[in-house]
Amino acid sequence: MVEAVAITAKRRGALDHRSEAINGVSLQPAKPARRVSLRVRSDGLAPLSLALGLDLPSKPKTSVTANSRSALWLGPDEWLVIDDGEGDPIADLAGVSVLHSAVDVSHRNAAIIVSGEKAADVINAGCPQDLGLQAFPVGACSRTVLGKIEIVLLRTAPDTFRVECWRSFADYAFSYLSDAARGV
Amino acid sequence: MATTTTKKAVTATHRIPNKGRLGTAATLAFTFDGQTYAGVQGDTLASALLANGVHLVGRSFKYHRPRGFLSAGPEEPNALVGIHRDAARKTPNVRATVQELYDGLTAVSQNRWPSLAYDVGAVNNIGSPMFSAGFYYKTFMWPKGAWAKVYEPRIREAAGLGVAPDLADPDTYAQRFAHCDVLIVGAGPSGLAAAIAAADSGQRVILCDEQPDIGGALRYETGASIEGQDGWTWAQAAGASLLSHDNVRVLTRTTAFGYYAQNMVGLVERVTEHLAHPDLTTPRERLWQVRAKKVILATGAIERHMVFADNDRPGIMLASAARSYLNHYGVAVGRNVGVFTANDSAYPAAIDLKRAGVNIAAIVDIRDNPSSALVEEARALGIEINQGRTVVGTDGRLRVSSMTVQAKSGGPERKVAIDALLMSSGWTPSVHLFSQSRGKVAFDEPTQRFLPGTYAQDCISVGACNGADSLQATVDEGFAAGEKAVRSTSASKPKVDKGETWGGGMLGAAPGSGPDQIVKAFVDFQNDVTAKDIRQAVREGMRSIEHVKRFTTNGMATDQGKTSNLHGLAIAAEVLDKPIPAVGLTTFRAPYTPVTFGAIVNHAKGDLFDPTRRTPMHGWEEQQGAVFEDVGQWKRAWCYPRKGEDMHAAVNRECKTVRTSAGLFDASTLGKIEVVGPDAAKFMELLYTNPWAKLEDGRCRYGIMLREDGFIYDDGVVGRLSADRFHVTTTTGGAPRVMHHMEDYLQTEFPDLDVWLTSITEQWAVIAVQGPKSRDILRSLVDNIDISDAAMPHMSVREGTICGGVPTRLFRMSFTGERGFEVNVPADYGRAVWEAIWEEGKKYDACAYGTEAMHVLRAEKGYIIVGQDTDGTVTPGDAGLDWAIGKKKTDFVGIRGLTRPDLVAPGRRQLVGLKTKDPKTVLEEGAQVVVDPKQPVPTKMIGFVTSSYWSENCNSSIAMGLVEGGFSRIGETLYVPMPDSVIEVEVCKPLFFDEKGERLHG
Repeated sequence: MVEAVAITAKRRGALDHRSEAINGVSLQPAKPARRVSLRVRSDGLAPLSLALGLDLPSKPKTSVTANSRSALWLGPDEWLVIDDGEGDPIADLAGVSVLHSAVDVSHRNAAIIVSGEKAADVINAGCPQDLGLQAFPVGACSRTVLGKIEIVLLRTAPDTFRVECWRSFADYAFSYLSDAARGV
Repeated sequence: MATTTTKKAVTATHRIPNKGRLGTAATLAFTFDGQTYAGVQGDTLASALLANGVHLVGRSFKYHRPRGFLSAGPEEPNALVGIHRDAARKTPNVRATVQELYDGLTAVSQNRWPSLAYDVGAVNNIGSPMFSAGFYYKTFMWPKGAWAKVYEPRIREAAGLGVAPDLADPDTYAQRFAHCDVLIVGAGPSGLAAAIAAADSGQRVILCDEQPDIGGALRYETGASIEGQDGWTWAQAAGASLLSHDNVRVLTRTTAFGYYAQNMVGLVERVTEHLAHPDLTTPRERLWQVRAKKVILATGAIERHMVFADNDRPGIMLASAARSYLNHYGVAVGRNVGVFTANDSAYPAAIDLKRAGVNIAAIVDIRDNPSSALVEEARALGIEINQGRTVVGTDGRLRVSSMTVQAKSGGPERKVAIDALLMSSGWTPSVHLFSQSRGKVAFDEPTQRFLPGTYAQDCISVGACNGADSLQATVDEGFAAGEKAVRSTSASKPKVDKGETWGGGMLGAAPGSGPDQIVKAFVDFQNDVTAKDIRQAVREGMRSIEHVKRFTTNGMATDQGKTSNLHGLAIAAEVLDKPIPAVGLTTFRAPYTPVTFGAIVNHAKGDLFDPTRRTPMHGWEEQQGAVFEDVGQWKRAWCYPRKGEDMHAAVNRECKTVRTSAGLFDASTLGKIEVVGPDAAKFMELLYTNPWAKLEDGRCRYGIMLREDGFIYDDGVVGRLSADRFHVTTTTGGAPRVMHHMEDYLQTEFPDLDVWLTSITEQWAVIAVQGPKSRDILRSLVDNIDISDAAMPHMSVREGTICGGVPTRLFRMSFTGERGFEVNVPADYGRAVWEAIWEEGKKYDACAYGTEAMHVLRAEKGYIIVGQDTDGTVTPGDAGLDWAIGKKKTDFVGIRGLTRPDLVAPGRRQLVGLKTKDPKTVLEEGAQVVVDPKQPVPTKMIGFVTSSYWSENCNSSIAMGLVEGGFSRIGETLYVPMPDSVIEVEVCKPLFFDEKGERLHG
């Protein structure tokens, strides 16, 4: 769906007014983004990549970023497309006739940007994945857990991660990461 | 009670100048049972107390016998104390041999009353024949009634040692998941050598050790020299060099306590336990969950005590412990020391002490002709060696004062005055973690010990825990394992110039404490188990060591028998006249040493115990004074009491307002799933009982989902947005499992369908606007949707915008029986749109209503709630929902289940309405329904109440229930027996308001 530019209703994010910097680790809510849960079989990758303006990755746990748009591989037929710029991936996909499912989940998720030298340690307080740069390089992504919730983790720089979770879990995620930052 | 008066500080009488490594470190003051003492930085509580000549630190568990320090490490069974930082921080059962000293440390002894020196409980010692092995199982059998009233409370009071803190723990704890190529447990010479070999590879190495420093046994082994330095100095330099590698993490004060599947090892790091003033924001402990490609176990060996009569008096300790206290802490454990040994390891202790100016009263060696360089060295120092002799007893009430020496074969006894007694019966390899990894230990006949045998995981044991008996061998094994773990290394192996050896010894009771002697020769100090108890267990029929263990409690204390298991096993084997491996070894279990609940819980406490989910409108609801209820992890507004209203009044008002004007309800928590694809309708046909193929775009239908067995699993309204797109709603609690249920069938049963499922529960905030005025309220807010009855009838859905451009999926649907809408908007706009609707609603005197009013309103209409009016054994037919089953359908999940004989048999419990004869009486949900309340107990129950409320709209109580053959009982009178009365009810149709259903359509 297309969101009109002139919406007068106030938008309130799940993490408005939350922000922390502890032990050199910064926790900030990510800015609003458009998100699509994209499901497609491998034979549909090419036309959808064309429509999105990036090559949908087919290697597990990798992502591809072009300008403000990223596509995260979440499963053999599943991607999370995030665009925090002006682009609207739902609109871009609307005209593609190849068999696929695109569902707007822009508001379903909220995201926290975790950055700083100890960012990986902070996330590893609740996430069992190997976040060493070799095992989880820049651009790596994974649907995984943080404490008791599910998250989608994306490394955007050696010391920066994007933690995506469902909206109502964002408060827990932020508090968990804060508590972890105090303990690193 | 511990006295709190502080007496004058005592000077450290047993600190020997120029001995040990603490040097001129800062002086620290601490108290033990109210008495102030001085220690130095680097001390443990144990070494500081010993420096002050204090040996008596505790009372034993069962007999309340005075106890001192057995060890200088984590295996300590006796010296358990309470460490009190403040009112909330009172840690019981801390091993004084592990607790590092800090300035102002407050320690108290345990398990004694009124004081450590005069303990009333010591009467148990005199009455000890009563408390023999298995006494729990025998003594308290009679009289039967006394168990609950007398014995159990008394035992519970007496059980355990320390007192658990009674205030909430104010400390914080942390957790870290870590991955590495090589995890090395133990930073003694073997572990260090492994780390040195592995470090150069650049691979990720974690080296952990439970001690504050690395070095392991080099702490006391003065006979070690490596790379031209004494062992300890070399170890510190090696540790510093490891720290300069980015790929190596060295964790001290960190115990590997559990070895789990696939090389997951649990570590607990004590971050602030040694600090006088810990920063409150720093975690007290950190739990590490390490996934290692390869694990190198360099856990060393633990010295065993000698088992002989009265071997538990304060002042009697392991020889290696006395060496640690002397060589590391500069503390002499006595001035006139006796030694009792079965191997060479006690000799260096005697030699070190002698050289430090301590008198060695005598060495008693059970070996007939001990001969080694160490024996000769002791002899040359003028130490008396009694070979072929044994110690048959000791004296001294609160501290050992003498040992009684006798030839092994008996004969005259000789009393030797002593003030400390060192003992060694040999070394037990620490195979705990290896065994936890599910590795199988193997008994090594020549050395009479269990060693790592068959490995179950990718790990390797090196050094003393693997049976290496010399420094050279431990370094060789460690280095080779480190090199192998990383395939090749450029590091060179540390060169051992000279080193000590260990080995030999005995298992079981020493001569003179055999089956013929009635003495207390302790095997397990912490649980007060003697050699006699173990023999008795065997005599009473225990054959397996697992039974002997449980009957005697040998090895079942918090030290898990680190010093006692092998002795206990050997004694049992001797009585059974079987070889040791035939009797078996008990299982080692995590944790290796006790782990705090705080470390295990770590971040998951307080607000982080479990996620609390709030809807986008939560803040508004809070401001309106909503009372919330927990629905799973969600907080849902239960009702909105106004000033002067109790909750009943609020619910009554909300229910009335919805039916007279309108109400706003936050339905955001409802599960929502978007079903997309050309086969979407086909999939819906298979997952729900209803027909979907012919549902037009823009229309909705109430759907029922069954399990394979034919019982109702979930329900909800489904809107068809387009030919290939459905917006499915589920119950709040059912959202995750319904999604999984659908995904499971899609992937396993119907993988050929072109359809995908996406959870959109949290994409949309849902504002239900229900009531006769609902359309009037929304009319001015909706931008581009015609919401007239003609254009948008009941059970339809439209996409458009609201409030000046906010996208919406607008449903015309009702769970109240009134004209109603559910406004779905993207979650971030939920609150703004809610507030806009609220402002409009105020013009019509609309209210906000909560979940309780929602429950009442739907019950007035007989709408079921899955999980309340159904319990997993209710079919659509039972619930009066046969109409929702597509009659022409040939397949859907549960279709065959519905034809099972029991599901079509007469007499099933069916959902009916229940009207109380007195309309003011509200039934209790869950209450049973009977036909004849006078029938003697057990009365036949034919059903129960599932939903019951006061209905302000009906001005009477309303209820639904599942009743046998309910549909054919309409009009019948049944009874609901309660504790104080019997309530008469009339069975009716489950529909109490607007029976024709006209209000739905406006």
